[in-house]
Amino acid sequence: MARITVNVDGMNFTHEVEPRTLLVHHLRETLGKTGTVVGCDTSNCGACTVLVDGESIKSCSVLAVQADGAEIETVEGLAAADGTLHPVQQAFHEHHGLQCGYCTPGMLMRSVCFVRENPEPTEDEVREGLKGNMCRCTGYQGIVSAVMAYSQTAGEQEAGR
Amino acid sequence: MTTTSDPTVAEDEQRPEIGRARLRREDERALTGRTRWTDDMTLPGMVHLSVLRSPVAHATITSLDTAEAARAHGVVGVWTGEDLPEQGAMPTAWTVSDDMKTPPYFPLSVGAVKHVGDIVAVVAATSKEAAEDALELIDVDYDELPVVVDPLAAKQEGSPLVHPDLGTNVCATWGLDSVTLGTGGDAAAVIREAESDPDQVVVRRTLRQNRITPAYIEPRSIVVDPNAEQVTMWSATQVPHIVRILMSMTQPIAEHELRVVAPDVGGGFGGKLQFTREEALVLLVARRLRLPCKYTETRSESMQSSHHARDQVQELTLAAKRDGTITALDVDLTADMGAYLGILTAGIPLLGGFMFNGIYRVPAYSFHCTDVFTNKTMTDAYRGAGKPEATFGIERMMDELAVELDLDPIEVRRRNWIRAEEFPYATAAGLTYDSGNYDQATDKALAMFRYDELRAEQQRRREAKDPVQLGIGVCTFVELSGLAPSRVLGGLNYGSGGWEHSTVRMLPTGKVEVVVGTTSHGQGHATAFSQIVADELGIPFDDIILISGDTASSHKGMDTYGSRSLVVGGMAIVGAARKVVEKARPIAAHLLEASADDLEFVGGKFSVKGTTSGVTIQEIMLSTWLAHDLPDGLEPNLDADFTFDPENFSYPTGTHLAAVEVDTQTGRVRVRDYVCVQDVGVIVNPMIVDGQVHGGLTQGIAQALYEEIQYSDEGQLTSGTLADYLVPAAPDVLRYRTDTTVTEATTNTLGVKAVGETGTTAAPPAIVNGVLDALRPLGVTDITMPCTPLKVWTAIHEASARATEGQVTA
Ligand code: FES
Ligand code: FES
Repeated sequence: MARITVNVDGMNFTHEVEPRTLLVHHLRETLGKTGTVVGCDTSNCGACTVLVDGESIKSCSVLAVQADGAEIETVEGLAAADGTLHPVQQAFHEHHGLQCGYCTPGMLMRSVCFVRENPEPTEDEVREGLKGNMCRCTGYQGIVSAVMAYSQTAGEQEAGR
Repeated sequence: MTTTSDPTVAEDEQRPEIGRARLRREDERALTGRTRWTDDMTLPGMVHLSVLRSPVAHATITSLDTAEAARAHGVVGVWTGEDLPEQGAMPTAWTVSDDMKTPPYFPLSVGAVKHVGDIVAVVAATSKEAAEDALELIDVDYDELPVVVDPLAAKQEGSPLVHPDLGTNVCATWGLDSVTLGTGGDAAAVIREAESDPDQVVVRRTLRQNRITPAYIEPRSIVVDPNAEQVTMWSATQVPHIVRILMSMTQPIAEHELRVVAPDVGGGFGGKLQFTREEALVLLVARRLRLPCKYTETRSESMQSSHHARDQVQELTLAAKRDGTITALDVDLTADMGAYLGILTAGIPLLGGFMFNGIYRVPAYSFHCTDVFTNKTMTDAYRGAGKPEATFGIERMMDELAVELDLDPIEVRRRNWIRAEEFPYATAAGLTYDSGNYDQATDKALAMFRYDELRAEQQRRREAKDPVQLGIGVCTFVELSGLAPSRVLGGLNYGSGGWEHSTVRMLPTGKVEVVVGTTSHGQGHATAFSQIVADELGIPFDDIILISGDTASSHKGMDTYGSRSLVVGGMAIVGAARKVVEKARPIAAHLLEASADDLEFVGGKFSVKGTTSGVTIQEIMLSTWLAHDLPDGLEPNLDADFTFDPENFSYPTGTHLAAVEVDTQTGRVRVRDYVCVQDVGVIVNPMIVDGQVHGGLTQGIAQALYEEIQYSDEGQLTSGTLADYLVPAAPDVLRYRTDTTVTEATTNTLGVKAVGETGTTAAPPAIVNGVLDALRPLGVTDITMPCTPLKVWTAIHEASARATEGQVTA
């Protein structure tokens, strides 16, 4: 067992974990952060994507102990405390970027990171940027539209600051 | 560009909600991570189950020792088939023919395994990890038996038998003939005659449907609490009502003792319409232990054990006159069941039997199907279920006919399709298509696609011997959707009705609960159904909530599959809402001191015809609840139930056009443009319809280009993870251009058809026809799906080798 501390969506959590525990299982099972979900066992689907120190990573592909001391952002921390949706969430809502919603937490977290890296993407770049995240429902069209729209609002917010 | 007409404004004043692109009320929870998937659940004292799956495709189990596993750290119990004598056989709901053979199929296999992933033992432990660790301590000796994986081989005399006790691999045979149906001529005779008639042509092809899998992203998961008032099962299922009834008919629990809940469910596409062995096992173990139990499959388990789909060999014969007019169609189908029968397994190819004639006038039709067992995972429904297979068959044949007669593929279709003035049209397969206008949709699609320009470009590329060739793929389709009418299903020996149920409950404050028997796993029912009720009752959208997916609260239903939620379930809602209005009418009359006959109900308000004052249905509800002043003898509530059983299926239709670029040097296929114009009847929410179309198209294109479940000759699954089973990602697909035409369905008062399965139905033939259209000048005449770069490249090289050989021998 190893003692680790992670900061998840602004709160610190210290726990003893088995060295083999994956970060996604630590989040879901120990911390009860079930917003992040699991879709595969080969790191292909991206459903488990979270931000670790600002980088989007598949939380099924790292061990919890590797995240010791890290700042982790999950889908549950995206919206404002008063419930106002984050612009990326709003964009997915308005552009029908989700159907069943299972891939959505991972898609949102990946999109946040992607737009930070590439604030003015073309549609092809968005598609490339999301290639590690699978969605079986939407055919990606709503998702791509949402990310394009989000990149614009994100850009405007930056400009407005 | 999506060209659905401006969606935010409804055009119909009487129906302000229907037709409006309402943003979905489902979204917020999903966007904020507050959804409740089954695997999110934890109950006090809950134990975790893992199952041991067979690593071999066919074997007798000679010994099975669980003693060491039972002693392992954290293990609460281990069971084999022999340890669970109370387990009942898994049911199939569709006995398609008198000769159908149903092999033994239990939650835990007894004595033998029939495919890789077959279940031999279950472990319960205090953690998932402990359960998984213990699996490795179970000692199984398998005496391996010969394996058969190819359905055609399975049919042959002397083939290894999947179930030796049955004495054959043939599960069932089933046929349909226009002579016996009295709907047309003798296809075999017409074809024979055509063969010797220079004025006719006969086209024969053998086509394959690749084996694929629904690949929902949320793995299946089950939690059972045996200590609740009713034993409660949460399951990632599309069919809680069906699970409950089948569980009670086959396992040791009575129907009224069991409650099944489908909480948030992540995708389905037919993949979650089984009553699964894992569900039965979790229930059996939970009841034994008297502890809550959870099982969640891994993705690799899902690929091995959740059902697969398609997997057919189609031998098709099409006869036509030289002007392109079809005279007969004969279909001989071999359909792979896999090793066992699920709920619908044997019936899936039969559903296709009704649709091989597509949208065409086929004067003589015969269909014969042989369902066979192989040592593979069972097949069952996947988005479209039988109809995509049939559409692929006929639409590929229409292209072959066009090539044979040197006609444009659109032209050959146009000469054969049912004309707008011919509806309702009785087909040779025995269905009646209620409405449609194939010219309209096709003309619109051709214009959007700029068909003539693309043909010109194709010609230029051919002449220039461009290494990247352009192909144009066409599919004009019709779907059989909305699995119902009960009477028809009965005639097909389907073990269930096809009706759907709804309750509309008016609450004292005027808000409305709509209870439905269908369940949503991404289709936006809560939004679309609320729109329907808002229009029917004339009350605000926000005053309506949907209740579904729990047999305790949504007490009756047939669940969600086969595009039945709107066309069958939606009509149940309309019926219940209209009953509410009729219940309110005498109360309104009483309150307004008017005669009930003089009242009109418009925009949620009863008023005396010609006057403006009146009383709203929401006000009536409050006075009904108070019940201080009701007409004598009236029941003080405005709730109503309605069960809808339609008279006919629903027939969405449309034209899909694909422009594909094929790199002849690498074999890579790129879809450059995709246009579809569909007639799905009246549209309730265009945004949701677009989403359904996009998702379906992506899955259809995936069948054509990427996805295939593959087995080795030994029956080993060689595409067992998402790393080697290629579900497309965003860069693999494109932005679709979609539009609609509307001919209202005449078989329901909403005028709605269905939409969820159109993409998977139409896209595979559109894409494959396009790939072949690009490559025909090179001598390529067929490529089986998926058209991977290797297969395309090989086909090009084989064709050129054939051509060279031809030159040498000539
Ligand atoms: S669960 Fe992490 S990538 Fe699939
Ligand atoms: S919305 Fe269902 S998997 Fe993406």
